[in-house]
Amino acid sequence: MAMLEQWKGFKGKIWQEEINTRDFIQNNYTPYDGDESFLAGPADSTNKLWGKVQQLQKEERAKGGVLDMDTHIVSGITSHEPGYIDPEMKDLEKIVGLQTDKPLKRAFMPYGGIKMAEEACTTYGYTPDPELHKIFTEYHKTHNQGVFDAYTPEMRAVRKNKIITGLPDTYGRGRIVGDYRRIALYGIDRLVEAKQDDLANCGNGKMRDSVIRQREELADQIRALKQMKVMAASYGCDISKPAANAREAVQWTYFGYLAAIKTQNGAAMSIGRISTFLDIYIKRDLDNGTLTEAEAQELIDHLVLKLRMVKFARIPSYNELFSGDPVWATLSIGGKGQDGRSMVTKNDFRFLHTLENMGPSPEPNMTVLYCDKLPDTFKRYAAAISVRTSSVQYENDDVMRPVWGDDYSICCCVSATQTGKEMQFFGARANLAKCLMYAINGGIDAKTKAQVGPAYRPITSEYLDYDEVMQKYDAMMTWLASIYVHTLNLIHYMHDKYNYEAAEMALIDTNVRRTFATGIAGFSHVVDSLSAIKYAKVKCIRDEDGIVTDFEIEGDFPRYGNDDDRADDIAVWLLGTFLKKLKQCHTYRDSEATTSILTITSNVVYGKATSALPDGRKAGEPLSPGANPCYGAEKNGLLASLNSVAKLPYEWALDGISNTQTINPDALGHNEEERVTNLVNVLDGYFDKGAHHLNVNVFGKEKLIDAMEHPEKEEYANFTIRVSGYAVKFIDLTREQQLDVIARTCHDHM
Amino acid sequence: MSEIKGRIHSTESFGAADGPGVRFIVFVQGCRMRCRYCHNPDTWSMEGDGTTVELTPDEVLSKALRYKSYWKNGGGITVSGGEPLLQIDFLLELFKQAKAEGVSTCIDTAGNPFTREEPFFSKFQELMKYTDLLLLDLKEINPERHKNITGFDNANILDMAQYLSEIGKPVWIRHVLVPDLSDFDEDLDKLNEFIKTLKNVEKVEVLPYHTLGKFKWENLGIKYTLEDTNPPSAERIDNANKRLCAGKYACKG
Repeated sequence: MAMLEQWKGFKGKIWQEEINTRDFIQNNYTPYDGDESFLAGPADSTNKLWGKVQQLQKEERAKGGVLDMDTHIVSGITSHEPGYIDPEMKDLEKIVGLQTDKPLKRAFMPYGGIKMAEEACTTYGYTPDPELHKIFTEYHKTHNQGVFDAYTPEMRAVRKNKIITGLPDTYGRGRIVGDYRRIALYGIDRLVEAKQDDLANCGNGKMRDSVIRQREELADQIRALKQMKVMAASYGCDISKPAANAREAVQWTYFGYLAAIKTQNGAAMSIGRISTFLDIYIKRDLDNGTLTEAEAQELIDHLVLKLRMVKFARIPSYNELFSGDPVWATLSIGGKGQDGRSMVTKNDFRFLHTLENMGPSPEPNMTVLYCDKLPDTFKRYAAAISVRTSSVQYENDDVMRPVWGDDYSICCCVSATQTGKEMQFFGARANLAKCLMYAINGGIDAKTKAQVGPAYRPITSEYLDYDEVMQKYDAMMTWLASIYVHTLNLIHYMHDKYNYEAAEMALIDTNVRRTFATGIAGFSHVVDSLSAIKYAKVKCIRDEDGIVTDFEIEGDFPRYGNDDDRADDIAVWLLGTFLKKLKQCHTYRDSEATTSILTITSNVVYGKATSALPDGRKAGEPLSPGANPCYGAEKNGLLASLNSVAKLPYEWALDGISNTQTINPDALGHNEEERVTNLVNVLDGYFDKGAHHLNVNVFGKEKLIDAMEHPEKEEYANFTIRVSGYAVKFIDLTREQQLDVIARTCHDHM
Repeated sequence: MSEIKGRIHSTESFGAADGPGVRFIVFVQGCRMRCRYCHNPDTWSMEGDGTTVELTPDEVLSKALRYKSYWKNGGGITVSGGEPLLQIDFLLELFKQAKAEGVSTCIDTAGNPFTREEPFFSKFQELMKYTDLLLLDLKEINPERHKNITGFDNANILDMAQYLSEIGKPVWIRHVLVPDLSDFDEDLDKLNEFIKTLKNVEKVEVLPYHTLGKFKWENLGIKYTLEDTNPPSAERIDNANKRLCAGKYACKG
């Protein structure tokens, strides 16, 4: 094949012959091990545009959280006229494209469920077009309708009683990352050609259900690709051919992502791993003399500016689960290649630098793929940005690379996915703490008194016996795992049917690997509860119906979070056992079951639905988030806590083990230099132990309390904190969640 | 196996402000000084309370070694307190074993037990073979004021500083800055003169007084005499740093 003009200077062969972005990257990127001194400050255009966006964000907050909403147009790839941050400053935008015709205006997305789309409007005082209501109730079914048509009574019960929570039956499942880079590298025409080829070769003549479905999906994908071209053309860009320079590469890539966020309002809409890829184009232009460093930074700043503006119309129950309006436009940087070379390029610095050029921000969810072998300069720069902005999370590349290769993206808060090769069926959480209570009470929910689980014999003794509890818990977990997986199977069937992600899937290989991502809530409370039952004496308090609703604990017991194997072994057992039970179940489309220990901010809502527990946690109190130890359990400092979490094998929780820690700046060192060094030491030490993820916050409790009391202060407008798996503006959290964040352990040994 | 046990008040897995890098901090029980701003008065009594444990050097070391992976860039173990030198036999055994494992060792001390008398002095000389760094707290250069703060004279403490200089043992000098108690220009200048005579100083740290330990006094039912004392102002901290030439000392950490 003749080398295209747009590919001039690029090396390698395989990627030219097939769609293979990874091969292109590996053949063409230039590792960078220098420091951050080359970086350029914000361009005038950046200051102006970001200033305008901040002003719009202020108006949005003043209006109760939503600036504007569409009530007439069903969102699609080509549904809206082109939109700009400010029509008068249109020419300043180096990277263009908005979800609707106006900045921060939220699109109407009914395919997930017309009821939710309408509720999102009415919540904020907008009236959706009645014609749309008619169309999506009388003529066209939605995902939500499909799910509720098919739910069994048992599924409704587990959902209603919240032993399974946060199910993606009222919102988009998200988590599917298209390989948006493909548009830049190949142009749409080539991608259409490849998918048409797949369609022609799909099925081998036998029309099974799976073949028919595949053919229909491929047709949808091809349609989506063609629409992307139309959308780009409305912004004056021809993306039918590959990108010819850095600006086009950034723009073409963004158009792919824009198509995704115009058609899907998934809980997580990651942009993927684009920094090293884009660096190849930027470096080529820098070497040619057609681009300066300041212009390169401007391109990245403008792209990130767009990612900071992604918005979806949400309903109140969604906001309770995922507080602070997050979209998980997760951006993964850093990491190492299979050949041992660091994949850190200058562009990875540029993306971090956006947090300096435009200040802290929760989006994009900035994720550093961390490993021991990354250049020290990069580790230190990332740590410095963490110390200054608390806007970065870290994930262990050394444990993920063996599983997902060297071109994976973080597709949600912390979960990895192979870019362009894989999709995930996201599956919310099973509340294992409630499950323990079901085991004790014979399937009766201590909060609602309903018989939800199977009516196994309850525990009748006054004091809990460890062996008896374990036996009953095992049986109840078997039931829970199975009803959980069945429910998810049904949800994903309907999501594929009524709300298929054609835009993302068009940028993923046709022969896609599917994972089935389940999750655990209440993890550390179960561990401490079982430890209390084993090592102390736990007395049951029963209500008038004989249901255990509270406990009295006599004596001390080891708690998870202190590097004490007695408790931590229970944690490892719990994870391994639940995973085994999940894997026994049939999963939709032959997907691979994985699990996670991450709860996002949902720990507050989950806690509300959970009765008192044998670890001493009172009814209704928030569960501790993710894999974090329980509040107040950590008695031996940060590293003891980290060591406990690090014992959980990542291989058993491939969907992620989220850990959020807050360190008082004075406890991290006397000055920034020391703080940076010590944070790098902490990260190196933690990941060296095989741990998966760490959210790092560097601030004291006083600052949080002040921000809660005085949200109007200018300094708190963009005050960003890491919560379980994402970042939020602290002032956007509900007061309840603010109090929860404040209640968590802040490591402040000085 | 050694029979010596240390009386340990508590341990902290993450110490980032007591010596180079990230350190495992062992707080020993017992101190004779009664510094009026002490933030660990619960470590004063020799016997300790219900939470004080007796541990062998071996037990302490194996606890600490669980954190070895965090000790790049010079991290290791710091023994603080309480006053570590009051348990010198335990300290010596712990550090011997730590050095055998290649672990960096550091003592955070106010020097009060130091004397050139026997049997202490020989033990101290032996201990120094296994000690990489001392964080030496010089609370006041003026003996009267030192006594006012701690209840003790400072002659032997300054002598310890000089001895450490003679043998070339690295020290970080620390000075807790408390308004009206240890923040006098003339004393800071004298302290600076004294520090300049030492050949082993790697770092001088001014530690601003904070009130985070106050609740412990209340819990213990001891009267806190600094009720009306506020943390020093940024200007006074800056002044102390300048007068003590804190920025000038080269530090390997």
